[in-house]
Amino acid sequence: MLNDIFIAPFADMIGAPDFLLQVLWEGLVSGVLYALIALGFVLIFRSSRIFNFAQGIMVVFAALTLVGLHAFGIPAWISVALTLGVMFVLAVGIERIVLRPLVGQPDIILFMATIGITLFLIGGGEIIFGGENKQMITEELGIPTGDTVLEPWGGLLILQHVDITVVVVACTLVAALLGFLNYTQMGRAIRALGDDHQAALSVGISLQTVWVLVWFIAGIIALVTGIAWGARAGVSFALEVIAYKALPVLMLGGLESIAGAIIGGLMIGLLEKLFEIYWGQPLLGGNTETWFAFVLALIVLLFRPQGLFGERIIERV
Amino acid sequence: MPDQSEGYVTADGRQIGGVLMEMRDITLKFGGVTAIEDISFDIREGEIRAIIGPNGAGKSSMLNIISGFYTPTIGEVWYKGAKRPPMKPYEVARLGVARTFQNIALFEGMTVLDNVMTGRLTHMKAGIAAQALWFGKARAEEMENREVVEKVIDFLEIQNIRKTPVGRLPYGLKKRVELARALAAEPSILLLDEPMAGMNVEEKEDMSRFILDVNDEFGTTIALIEHDMGVVMDISDRVVVMDYGKKIGDGTPSEVRSNQDVIDAYLGVAH
Repeated sequence: MLNDIFIAPFADMIGAPDFLLQVLWEGLVSGVLYALIALGFVLIFRSSRIFNFAQGIMVVFAALTLVGLHAFGIPAWISVALTLGVMFVLAVGIERIVLRPLVGQPDIILFMATIGITLFLIGGGEIIFGGENKQMITEELGIPTGDTVLEPWGGLLILQHVDITVVVVACTLVAALLGFLNYTQMGRAIRALGDDHQAALSVGISLQTVWVLVWFIAGIIALVTGIAWGARAGVSFALEVIAYKALPVLMLGGLESIAGAIIGGLMIGLLEKLFEIYWGQPLLGGNTETWFAFVLALIVLLFRPQGLFGERIIERV
Repeated sequence: MPDQSEGYVTADGRQIGGVLMEMRDITLKFGGVTAIEDISFDIREGEIRAIIGPNGAGKSSMLNIISGFYTPTIGEVWYKGAKRPPMKPYEVARLGVARTFQNIALFEGMTVLDNVMTGRLTHMKAGIAAQALWFGKARAEEMENREVVEKVIDFLEIQNIRKTPVGRLPYGLKKRVELARALAAEPSILLLDEPMAGMNVEEKEDMSRFILDVNDEFGTTIALIEHDMGVVMDISDRVVVMDYGKKIGDGTPSEVRSNQDVIDAYLGVAH
């Protein structure tokens, strides 16, 4: 038993390094997507102290809208542009109808409001697009579908072109967001608003504009994630569950930290894959990926309640 | 009282210009409480104008009206020769009114440099898309903003803490960073809400010097609220005195000092 836990898995890793690489690669692909979704959460949290429960359903909604529009015979790329338009309208609508009347309410009220948005989007999505599983329009978007086979150390490493595209696009988006937040005036406005509303107003930042902007960015992230995940697993409401993987990511990384979201996402992606292949399947009968991240987060919380990168909370008594 | 129409020359020989901002018959009520009652005064181009008064006199409320955080119940705010319609604080900021807060309102998680850069937001012209793509005009604008900000940082002698997160700074320095952020906006009028509150003598002297230097160097019009009478009398050109929401005095420091109502308000008088 001890041998199975502490020795055999590592012997396997060293024995078949090409397979280990394969596992790590697949972990990285999910990790990048987790990081991207977590970034959506962090952005909204930093600029408005709202924990946006609806981020997950936004992924589904964006993917459904894209596929649905294409089903009407609209060319793929125009559908993407239109979907972005829909996400923008959604952002404006949420700011007008939900956030603005609730300004200054306790955080829990705003959190509840995002659950309301979630239910609304689930219902709306089902009425408009139907609940059945759909194919992502991968080929129409020009996403390559083949694979590249590498042979490190005489072994075998298969890289799906879809996955490569996902990693490249997600990394680009993350880098672009970081640049935008750190080196532009609008990015500074977003970060500033989270720190102090009154001060933000006094330097000419409009709450409304920034809120619409961050929700729109969250919408863009949702669309990219939706396309990426839809290409691998099809488009259905089950996608929402994947977005909830961002929750343990945030617990690891801390809700405040952008770097934390990225590192947390990659960590969860890699660790859950490693655990599944080397421990889960031989010892626990597999399918550990559904719960591993949450258990990991639980353990981290026991020892570091502020997350791995969150700021330590010291309360004055 | 100096001549109202054309401007005047101060005791130390600076030429003060025409009226920049004028408060006309301002009344502010919160429910049944009258915080400010029928007050009028003006702020002239290039002067240092102080608003003083005992606790609860309505000074901060007045500053909040000027900066758009409150809308007066009755009365008009005139700015640059035109009546200002009711506005949100961020709109007022874009008209060139910058302010600091009594209990420091900085972006604690951001560095000093980033904090001061937010002061330039009112000068932001490039669209969001252009900024996101770090594109032509946006890029040039960022450089230009950076130049102004570095000048301000230099001026207020906070170069050595440029990259420090504001949360880690001591109180006195935070006050200075807040002033820097307001200055970075290159405001037409700078509002300071108790810039010396909670400071020791040395810090007060520094702050007084900076306020005078700002006024001198950039010709910025400054309106400030302050508790420390000594400081106010030393640095301001004209003083409005408030008590229980009413204006009880208005004039040069020496005029105000000899005003019987003001003396009563500050020393107390048998009713």
